[in-house]
Amino acid sequence: MRSTAWNDEENKVLPEMALDFMPEEQLRELQLQRLRATVKLAYEKVPLFRQRMDEKGVKPEDIKTLKDIAKVPFTMKKDLRDTYPYGLFAVDLSEVVRLHASSGTTGKPIVVGYTKEDMEVWASVIKRGLLACGFRSTDIVQNFFGYGLFTGGLGIHGGFEALGATIVPISGGNTERQVMLMKDFGVTALAGTPSYFLRIMDVAEKMGISIRDLGVKRAMFGAEPWSDGMRDYIEEKTGIKCYDIYGLSEIVGPGVGCECECRDGMHIFEDHFYPEIVDPETLEPLPDGEEGELVLSTLSKRAMPILRYRTRDITAIEKTRCKCGRTIRRIRRIGRRTDDMIILRGVNVFPSQIETALLRAEKILPNYLIVLDTKNNMDTLEVKIEVTREMMSDSMGAMEKLNKKFKQSIEQILGVSVIVTLCEPDSLPKSEGKAKRVLDNRKRM
Amino acid sequence: MKIPQVSVFVSNRPGRLQAVCRSLADAGVNLLSLTLADSGEFGLIRLIVSDSEKAVEVLSKAGLTATITDVVACPVEAKAGGLADLLSTAVGNQQIDYMYAFPASSKAGKDIMILRFQDTDAAIKALEASNFKAISKEELLG
Repeated sequence: MRSTAWNDEENKVLPEMALDFMPEEQLRELQLQRLRATVKLAYEKVPLFRQRMDEKGVKPEDIKTLKDIAKVPFTMKKDLRDTYPYGLFAVDLSEVVRLHASSGTTGKPIVVGYTKEDMEVWASVIKRGLLACGFRSTDIVQNFFGYGLFTGGLGIHGGFEALGATIVPISGGNTERQVMLMKDFGVTALAGTPSYFLRIMDVAEKMGISIRDLGVKRAMFGAEPWSDGMRDYIEEKTGIKCYDIYGLSEIVGPGVGCECECRDGMHIFEDHFYPEIVDPETLEPLPDGEEGELVLSTLSKRAMPILRYRTRDITAIEKTRCKCGRTIRRIRRIGRRTDDMIILRGVNVFPSQIETALLRAEKILPNYLIVLDTKNNMDTLEVKIEVTREMMSDSMGAMEKLNKKFKQSIEQILGVSVIVTLCEPDSLPKSEGKAKRVLDNRKRM
Repeated sequence: MKIPQVSVFVSNRPGRLQAVCRSLADAGVNLLSLTLADSGEFGLIRLIVSDSEKAVEVLSKAGLTATITDVVACPVEAKAGGLADLLSTAVGNQQIDYMYAFPASSKAGKDIMILRFQDTDAAIKALEASNFKAISKEELLG
């Protein structure tokens, strides 16, 4: 038996969870205190924040209540890129113990840094999320988030380490080995992107191994939007309970928020991150319960404080208290991002809608890719769907019927005409981390 | 008598048939018959092979989707009306999903029809009641 506090396993509220249940008044006071300190730090140490605030005539002392956060200018991804690599750091590099960076597929990568305390906070919020979802120190966890510059792998690793679980730091890729170790090591918990887990399920099936019969009980999925339909699909096929963790590198990485056992929205760890919802067009703050773009400010980060970061994630802050009793507020699970949004002939299309359509048509979730193109000055949307054995028939008529069924289901949900192409497995880019779902070949005017 | 037939899903572009044949050849799987059906973007390759299970395994490893279904092989007289005679029996009332002729007659005076019925068992019963006879894969091999 691993050593845990003598009564920890029996208690509903573990000591580490106490912060999730802080009296609301106290939580708001703590947030204000920390917000004021963060704004001051950013103003004094980061030229970009000082310049932006000076332009608006805002001084750190003007933040007297939490509502005053609306006076602070927004931060965008572009700001992180423009100040590459260390322009937004508020401490001397000698205090920075860790750097992470985005892949930089759209230009220069964005770089984020952490002090020793930042690292501790990061691990502690993930640990709180894991505990809330029933993960325990006795778990043997296979972490197939990518290790390296990406915040997912090492971030989650730190959280499980703080929890005291046994970590299998396998990273992404080498899918047959993933299945083998899951079986041989007696893995009880998983962490990674859900799209890669679908791949693992596929390969396990080909290897003749039933994941349901292994000892895996829970999975923490994140780093990409995934639908409730995908969750139901995975749970029905494998019996593994799936939970959603939320985060983004600009703020800290995974662990900004996380579901609890109720799985009714993701709790934001509000003592460290301050959430707001704004109208993506007017940028006016919206009240709890209304849907808009999530804006986040760090409240305790020292190496790289970020004020009012526009996440591009579309969600709402829940008005009601969660059944679990946590006082920290919840956001709805992310189904859409403003920058994932495809505008096709004037209609807004989100990749997650394709998932819903496929599940509705055939109760299956094959690998798919959305290809946008321009033909005769018209934008076209093609959905390429990989044919799996469960979809396949030796009858041409049945295959054509399947194609038509997918097409109708997608068109019904999107409200625009699409082209559906069935294609061979392995002909689409395979996910080993975040799934690539859209290829835009459209000619821009 | 049922004969296992391997169907392979392929994208309709150059080189795919080659990829299928190469994978099977490298694994020592012999092709007894091959027929293609296509629909604009994709095609189905239907094969009767020396070792069906092995063929599916090899093709899956090569990243292709393949399934096994049962077909019926039935020799008919290699003369005008040969096929018409077969279809004039109760077999002709069965739902036929598709059919193709076995290339060249391996048995003197006979052409071999490969038929995919919607209800294979019922079709075999109908065949048994007629003068026609379904043959095994071994017989097909000659």
